[in-house]
Amino acid sequence: MEALADRIIPPDPQTPGGKDSGSAVFVDRQLAGAYGAQEGLYLRPPFLAGTKNQGHQSEAGPREEYQKGLAALDRACQAKYAGKHFADLSDGEKDDVLHGLESGAFKLDGTDGKAFFEQAIKDVQMGFFADPIYGGNRDMVAWKMIGYPGARYNYLDWVNRHNEKFPLPPVSMTGRAEWTPASTGGK
Amino acid sequence: MARILPKKDVVIIGLGWTGAIMAHELTDEGLDVIAIERGPWRDAPTDFPPSQMQDELRYRVRHELFLRPDQLTFTFRNKMDQTALPIRSWGAFMPPNGVGGGGVHWNAEMWRFLPSDFVLKTHLTQRYGKAFLPEDMTIQDWGITYDELEPYYDRFEYLCGTSGTAGNLRGEIKEGGNPFEGPRSRDYPTKAQAQPFSQTLFGKAARDLGYKPFPQPSGNLSTAYTNPLGLRMGPCTYCGFCEWFGCSNYSKASPQTTILPVLVRKSNFTARDNSEVVKINTDRSGKRATGVTFIDTSGNEWEQPADLVILSAFSVFNAQLMLHSGIGQPYDPVSGKGTIGRNFTHQTISSVNGFFDSKKYNFNPFIASGSIGMCIDEFNGDNFDHGPHGFVGGGYVGQVQTGARPIESTLTPPGTPKWGTAWKNAVRDNYLSTVKPGTGVHGSFYAYRDIYLDLDPLYKDRLGRPLMRMTIDMKENEVKQNRFLTDKFAEVIQAMGANQIAKSYRTAPYDMTTYQTTHVNGGVIMGEDPTTSAVNRYLQSWDVPNLFVLGASAFPQNAGYNPTLTVGALAFWTADAIRNKYLKSPGSLVNA
Repeated sequence: MEALADRIIPPDPQTPGGKDSGSAVFVDRQLAGAYGAQEGLYLRPPFLAGTKNQGHQSEAGPREEYQKGLAALDRACQAKYAGKHFADLSDGEKDDVLHGLESGAFKLDGTDGKAFFEQAIKDVQMGFFADPIYGGNRDMVAWKMIGYPGARYNYLDWVNRHNEKFPLPPVSMTGRAEWTPASTGGK
Repeated sequence: MARILPKKDVVIIGLGWTGAIMAHELTDEGLDVIAIERGPWRDAPTDFPPSQMQDELRYRVRHELFLRPDQLTFTFRNKMDQTALPIRSWGAFMPPNGVGGGGVHWNAEMWRFLPSDFVLKTHLTQRYGKAFLPEDMTIQDWGITYDELEPYYDRFEYLCGTSGTAGNLRGEIKEGGNPFEGPRSRDYPTKAQAQPFSQTLFGKAARDLGYKPFPQPSGNLSTAYTNPLGLRMGPCTYCGFCEWFGCSNYSKASPQTTILPVLVRKSNFTARDNSEVVKINTDRSGKRATGVTFIDTSGNEWEQPADLVILSAFSVFNAQLMLHSGIGQPYDPVSGKGTIGRNFTHQTISSVNGFFDSKKYNFNPFIASGSIGMCIDEFNGDNFDHGPHGFVGGGYVGQVQTGARPIESTLTPPGTPKWGTAWKNAVRDNYLSTVKPGTGVHGSFYAYRDIYLDLDPLYKDRLGRPLMRMTIDMKENEVKQNRFLTDKFAEVIQAMGANQIAKSYRTAPYDMTTYQTTHVNGGVIMGEDPTTSAVNRYLQSWDVPNLFVLGASAFPQNAGYNPTLTVGALAFWTADAIRNKYLKSPGSLVNA
């Protein structure tokens, strides 16, 4: 998952990628929680095949779909790249695989690879932009990258200041590291 | 076996906007009122603290404040010959739950409908002839006129402290307001909200193109305000977390900020939360409601007898409870007979995103409110000649961006890859200089013979009752309307100076997975004729006169505006009819 997250959001000199910013941790926590198990959703049978515009109709939730999808991705990579797992491929090879999933040319066994990758893109990017309390967007790196000031609630002084850069750094729901006094060595 | 509670004068089903308005009015009349709410109690300071609301994942993506589909959902299909499948996770709309209802997490866009909207069928037939309308279109007049509703629009606007600029004051057109609006008896209670950069730019571009832009009327207040109940509201701080979120700043009008603090102090008012009404009971004649049956969280069944029953749940649930209670004749789309489930509608929306030069434009798009923005109304309702265009209806268009919450607002120009370095760079370069108007094109959705609600033959809810089935599609008239409006809107966005624009038209088939506002209407519509409407002009059931059904379920079809102001005005109108007519002489207020 970390290898996948780092290709969806590659690192660059200014901003870490999906791995170091915590997107894989975010996805892992989401899958372990209510989202992964479809808690609160309508799960009564029968589960019939419908049209795409009728929405998701599977008894299997994202947790199960990710387990199947990641395993199928590794199997397909091993078959194509002499036994190598997805995480062991070069960046170029990884991107080739992902472009193949996106176009539908690279097929996964027992899983809709295109749909799985679309879901992974959505979830990894969601982790990048969600509040850091959910495990991604560590140190608000994504918010710093785009210029979003975070969980602030008062822009009264700024609503009429047009085309000026908002000067304050982002703040998360739990504040900012600078607000926490430096450690005094446990004394 | 249900345990029977002591009788009340009035039982109210659902404590959202309309339930709260009615409870306040009828307790003022001295009646003993109980409101029964399916969801939890919610207080502004403790349930929507400003330190927790700016959480896009929890509230927007994971739907924290909304109804859970496992508690109740609907089935959906486009056409009558399809099998409807359950909506397992919300998409096209998100039903509210809990005290305050949709009034908790709405954007607070405070639009009046046009005078011609209320006499739609008569108006369009007179202007264009009957043959101009699609054959399967089943639009109707409302049975009430704009002039009759105007005092009640005014009451709801003043309850909420609405911020806006009048465009038509007692017939006099005012500069800076909406020149197409119906005459209003007095100015807005508070001045329009301040407009951020991109919204201002839209207003300028629209003016340069010859339109008459005006600020969107807002239930997020520009300034401090004390409402007629004596409740104080504070100025909006433009945090950009209205839509999907609650406001504890007492800046957004909601039942919590404008009614409930007064209502809960009245000794003749009682509320029961976490209790779901499953049936409106009637006597043997079927012509008189005797009260309701509800289920508490332990699954215990209770009966609450009452002389007067107010059904004020969310629109579709009103229709559902009518069907589950056997009140009124279910609508049959083949014969066109029956009324419950008839004229189900939604909203025809789309948008145009604009990508600007990041070296020249910094919009600070996160500075916003839920009903901020500059709009034009030249293409709404019948404000323009539809003759050459071959469709009816319309909507307002505007730069009504409600914030720039980063999960949903990190857009990239057309042609950008969906992932990888190119995507990341494009997100970084465009976030502050992109115009993302949300529902920038807000079009009407007219009614059709085969767009309706009925009970699903296959799927059941947790209590074993059939789910409500929605049969809904985008018809050619609405698709044409949307193409026209979206193109007009795109011209203004382009004229603002966008480098690139991305248009997304609303197309057929209707898609249950894409959010299209929560303005689902109809199913228990009002009108003049009991064979084509479920309630009369006072929202009183034609079949059971001591039952009134409030909310957007009464809309015969939907106009090109957000519905809540009309929903609230109709609740005040009905409360007035109950207080001044019905209570003096209980019985049907209209002779059919």
